[in-house]
Amino acid sequence: MKPVSSQINAKRKIQIALLRVLCGTSAVFTCALVLFLLVYILAKGIPNLSWELLSTKPSYLSGKIGILPDILNTMYMIAATLVFVLPLGVGAAVYLTEYAKNKKIVAVIEYAAETLSGIPSIIYGLVGMLFFCQFLNMQTSLLAGALTLVIMNLPTVMRTTQESLKTVPQSYREGAFGLGAGKWRVIRTVVLPGCIDGVITGCILSVGRILGESAALLFTAGFAHTLNGFFAGLGSAGATLTVSLYVYAKEQGEFGVAFAIAAILTVLTLLVNLLAVLAGRWFKRRQNHE
Amino acid sequence: MKKQKAFETFIHGIFLILGLITVGCVLLITLYLVVAGIPAIRKIGLGDFLFNPRWASTASEPSYGILPFILTSIYGTAGAILIGVPIGFLTSVYLAKLAPAKVRTVVSGAVSLLAGIPSVVYGLVGMMVLVPGIRSLFRIPDGASLLAAIIVLAIMILPSIINVSITALEAVPKEYEDASLALGAAPVETYFRVSVPAAKSGIAAAVVLGVGRAIGEAMAVMMVSGNAPNLPELFGSVRFLTTAVASEMSYSGGLQRQALFSIALVLFLFIMLINAVLNFFLKRSKE
Repeated sequence: MKPVSSQINAKRKIQIALLRVLCGTSAVFTCALVLFLLVYILAKGIPNLSWELLSTKPSYLSGKIGILPDILNTMYMIAATLVFVLPLGVGAAVYLTEYAKNKKIVAVIEYAAETLSGIPSIIYGLVGMLFFCQFLNMQTSLLAGALTLVIMNLPTVMRTTQESLKTVPQSYREGAFGLGAGKWRVIRTVVLPGCIDGVITGCILSVGRILGESAALLFTAGFAHTLNGFFAGLGSAGATLTVSLYVYAKEQGEFGVAFAIAAILTVLTLLVNLLAVLAGRWFKRRQNHE
Repeated sequence: MKKQKAFETFIHGIFLILGLITVGCVLLITLYLVVAGIPAIRKIGLGDFLFNPRWASTASEPSYGILPFILTSIYGTAGAILIGVPIGFLTSVYLAKLAPAKVRTVVSGAVSLLAGIPSVVYGLVGMMVLVPGIRSLFRIPDGASLLAAIIVLAIMILPSIINVSITALEAVPKEYEDASLALGAAPVETYFRVSVPAAKSGIAAAVVLGVGRAIGEAMAVMMVSGNAPNLPELFGSVRFLTTAVASEMSYSGGLQRQALFSIALVLFLFIMLINAVLNFFLKRSKE
């Protein structure tokens, strides 16, 4: 007669092998999916890329499409959003870690930040349209779009800055106070230089989100493809790369251009992710040296 | 000295205002959605608005029932969770516990790329691959359907599920696993019988986060779901709460436009509910 334990073992062995295979297969599936997306988008997009596409604006006369305005609009959008979101986010983080003594206020602010990061972008777009475009009379403009994105990215910058402020040793602050510095002086000379890591990480993450955002910009920044300078651009409507991808694919059936933009966006996403990883490693190494 | 003190109070005030901006933004969004969303609901009637299965905003006798959108959003999200959660969960167990360090770095990079790809790019690939694929596979006239949207959403929520689950699994105290291993359980058994139950609040949070992402996604879904205001059918053209807002906004006016704001309000209430559930699980997983 077979011993009972070996029967259990056989059953257990199968179970273990099965679970292992299931986990492995899921991971392989996830990777295969990413690989397929990458190869497919690049293979379809790169043949459609040309210098002419990148360096001109759409022309009704020749019927040709150029995406230079969209590239510029995306850059303006990133710059304008960061200019506003950095001081606001850093300020909020400094308040939370350095000033706030009332636990209730901290809890309310953190809850608000969590709520903001859960709100879908289409709702941001709608409220941005109602508040910035209509109530503040900015019309459909890059500035209205950028301000909408400021609200969206505020929690990100706030959180990364907060994380890095926590790594500034308490003894630095005490040392500065001990030398007779006022609160603001301590913040300016000790705390703010210490949170530069978090600010940079927040910047990188925000750039990634701004690059990919479309629903919040449809009704705030619009669809226009006019070539503008920075300040003129902020005041007028303009499509970013993502929005124009949507318009070219869904409304105009220009799939070649859409794939070209998709390839650009995918490569940029890759770069942003790589930058985030490298920055994270660099900050960690520097911290360990200190 | 007095001047110095006044200056410090001033600075303190500035930072307080900066800190309260997030709260202000949440209040602003809530206020605007409520103020813009209520009038149409009052004109149409709450019951009629929520439970009338017919949306015909541009008909000569317009009907504003958003039941199709609500059901589509719920079905679509449920479908995406049904497909996305098992794959995401198993991948996270593999990455957190089984994978060698190098494999883990590569796969994590792949997952964060998945998270970073813009939703319109998912929409484009869905339009060009999934929609024709579904059309020829199931021999239906148009592949733009609820099924296509479900598959796109399932892929899009994978990174959130994987990342949050990994964090939860890694937070399980090593002593738990050591004890199980010492009692003779195999590593895989330990992960599934000890680590996963110990991390269950965090994994639940991952699923709820996925629900939030899926219900709030607009652009990718708009590109693959066909966009007709039908009651949900797996192979039929459907419209979600998010896409209902987006698709008519550019040409709407009057009561139709107000009704779109009301749809956004309904979507917002859904999201707030999901956020509350998410916070509940996150708090519990921290304890």
